Amino acid sequence: MLRTLQALTGRTVLLILCAFLCSPLVIIIASLLWPDSAAWQHLIDTVLSDYVFNSIVLTLGVGCGSLLLGTATAWCMTQYEFSLRQVMRWLLLLPLAIPAYIIAYTYTGILDVSGPLQSTLREAFDWQFGDYWFPEIRSLGGAILLMSLVLYPYVYILARTAFSEQSPRFKEVSALAGLSASQHFYRIVLPLARPALFTGVALAMMETLADYGTVAYFGINTFTTGIFRSWYAMGNQLLAIQLAGILCLFVLVVLVLEQHSRRRIKYYQASTVIDSRHDRKKLRGAQNITVSLICFLPVLFGFFIPVLQLVVWAMSQLDTLLSADYLTLVTSTFSLGVGVAILVVCIALLFSYQQRWVNNRFSYWQIRLLSLGYALPGMVVAVGVLVVFGFADRQVNQLSHLISGEYVGLIFSGSLFAVMFAYCVRFLSIALQNTEAGFGRITPTIDDAAATLGASRLKTLVTIHSPLLRASLLSALLLVFVDVLKELPATLVLRPFNFNTLAVRTYELASDERLVDAALPALTIVLVGLLPILWLTKALDNVNKGS
Amino acid sequence: MKLFVAFSIITTTLISIVTPVQAGEVNVYSARKEALIKPLLDKFSNETGVKVNLVTGSADALITRMQNEGQFSPVDILITTDAGRLVRAKNAGLTQAVVSADIDNIVPQNLRDTDHHWFGLTLRARPIMYAPDKADVNGLSSILDLAKPKYKGQVCIRSSGNIYNQSMIAALTIELGEEAVEKWAKGLVANMARSPKGGDRDQIKAVAAGQCSIAVANTYYLAGMLSSDDASEREQASKVKVLWTDQNSFGTHVNISGAAVAKHAPNAEAAKQLLAYMLLPSSQQWYAQENHEYPVHKDVPWSELMQGFGEFNAQSVSLDAVGEGNADALRLMDRAGWK
Repeated sequence: MLRTLQALTGRTVLLILCAFLCSPLVIIIASLLWPDSAAWQHLIDTVLSDYVFNSIVLTLGVGCGSLLLGTATAWCMTQYEFSLRQVMRWLLLLPLAIPAYIIAYTYTGILDVSGPLQSTLREAFDWQFGDYWFPEIRSLGGAILLMSLVLYPYVYILARTAFSEQSPRFKEVSALAGLSASQHFYRIVLPLARPALFTGVALAMMETLADYGTVAYFGINTFTTGIFRSWYAMGNQLLAIQLAGILCLFVLVVLVLEQHSRRRIKYYQASTVIDSRHDRKKLRGAQNITVSLICFLPVLFGFFIPVLQLVVWAMSQLDTLLSADYLTLVTSTFSLGVGVAILVVCIALLFSYQQRWVNNRFSYWQIRLLSLGYALPGMVVAVGVLVVFGFADRQVNQLSHLISGEYVGLIFSGSLFAVMFAYCVRFLSIALQNTEAGFGRITPTIDDAAATLGASRLKTLVTIHSPLLRASLLSALLLVFVDVLKELPATLVLRPFNFNTLAVRTYELASDERLVDAALPALTIVLVGLLPILWLTKALDNVNKGS
Repeated sequence: MKLFVAFSIITTTLISIVTPVQAGEVNVYSARKEALIKPLLDKFSNETGVKVNLVTGSADALITRMQNEGQFSPVDILITTDAGRLVRAKNAGLTQAVVSADIDNIVPQNLRDTDHHWFGLTLRARPIMYAPDKADVNGLSSILDLAKPKYKGQVCIRSSGNIYNQSMIAALTIELGEEAVEKWAKGLVANMARSPKGGDRDQIKAVAAGQCSIAVANTYYLAGMLSSDDASEREQASKVKVLWTDQNSFGTHVNISGAAVAKHAPNAEAAKQLLAYMLLPSSQQWYAQENHEYPVHKDVPWSELMQGFGEFNAQSVSLDAVGEGNADALRLMDRAGWK
């Protein structure tokens, strides 16, 4: 009886938390109920088809690109022993530290018509513009390429864990059944890794859908630029939110379809993960070079080249580095990142744990709804948060006025709490995908065994599941941390007075086209982002070894 | 447990970083970037002892924030980089009138609100910039000439999403009417050397590199490039010349960066003090020297680079009306196929 009561309270608390976290989304989707027909007619007549087409091509392109890069690198890392393998363990995650808008700035700096490369070509061969062909980096294709280069680690992390957790016996069975290596890969490995791969690709695609910085800089009209144009230029906030609402519904439909397509399949792994290190095939000669290149090239283009460009730019700005102001900037960004990462992962853990126990439609939809925030541009989430917190503040003030005759002023809006809340809404999806995938790989018989032995649910979570989930929790922490570091629009709108992050500083300078001045904060984002990445690579590595 | 401890430490750090808002202060929401406003605010604090708290962001986001904060909003001053946003804030009932003889004396009438809600701090001019060795500027004296067939494939200008272009189109529409401007915009789009991308500096760089021969950009970007730390930027900018448009008719398009006092400003007096400070010759000179924007104060000297661009006749259309016309301008550009 007591236990039922406890469970009930727990669920109510989570329900309230969920309602709170979903409130900005609900406001955004609900806005669709009041369409502004004149404004929509204008969009349909002029730019809407452009928005839809570009968004779909960009998102699918980045999805394919990151799937290809992420799967290929993860497969090489888990299956082969090659020269660069030891270093690649550290390097492959590095592009994650680079925000898409920063890689866009750096490559434009290098490859644009006025950049050093084309200028040198023109001078060397005495060409004029138009005498030669050169790919335009600021194009849809360029955006797909650059975003895939920084987003593939989402796929890589999850794919690598999934591949290394697959029992080597599958391979033996395939061999016995006469399957070739490629048949084994396409018919056994990929289908088994599908939930993990889908999760990774979905994250990359959602991030692409929500991107504003890159597409705006490249002059590509997508849904997000449409949202900002409607809001900023037309002053039509409702239209902007409605566009965001459609984006939201679209993502929801895709998530539902994916879930639906694998609704009858459950994926569990054998409880003992066997050390597969000895199974890695040792490569020599040409094969060795090919595989090393497959793994190294994404890092070269996704990390080293842009970072080198940033370093070159930042050289002239080194004196700012030592200022006290700069140190505050770094510490506040870093603390915010760590704090939010822990908070978000804890919330995600609670919700996916609840779903494990109360596996019904309701809890399922609860999680889907909570996952939507990631596909929303940060600015749109920020508007939702502003509306919710503004409302809450008004209620609190009315109440306090009623009781004491005094107004207490703003409590929620304009506080760090608002910023953190927006991050939770926006990044819970990443954490949830990881914890869900993690729980999915723990067979339920473990829970039954724990229950039989009289362990409470909480105790099972802390002593049994948490250690088993270590890899998932770590990658969740890592991804959320890095995302917070890079997050821009929501921070810009919601942050309290005199509070800046590195991303804000970078953006302010870069959006003013002062790329040289922006290089130092940008580089710092990358470097600060590296610390946890390195630490977590090590941790992930240990887990993946099956220790 | 460890997590919990770490979390509490971090929260405490964060709280200590964000100092609470106290009296004897003034709170500013600024769409001017931190680097282009903070030094001036710091100078004000040093001289008067009034602390200035700052949040920067895009003007629309800041306006939305003010709307949702409502009567409890801590903001005293809203600073934007164009008139349109100030008009929008005023129309949303977020600003209050500040009647001051000083403002009226210093700021020309077309650069301030008729109801005294906002006024310009600096002026930003948007002329044509061209490469003398490539562009045939014979017969190029008006912004309207950019639609002439002879400039096909030669013009670079940034996207229609950009506020400077929207204001320019809105101002042109007031001068010439919507139909004429739309026709012209179609011609301009046909003459573009490339689909619009990047910012104003990018257009200047594209001219220097030879992708186009003519660009439309704000002068302080060119000045910023000419005084850049980066040698290649300086070299690119040196290849480009300014051409003041429509000098015998309505003048070159100008916009402002401006400020307004918030309706519910808790520190209205300090806010007015800060605004007055921003109009002082010393502050006005700071804008001119640091960011090469034209001071609204007519007695303040321009920076050397600005003097090099030459004197010009500015469009005198009321920025109030320009601000009102922004949304229509965007729709016009959408119809003209201006990406």
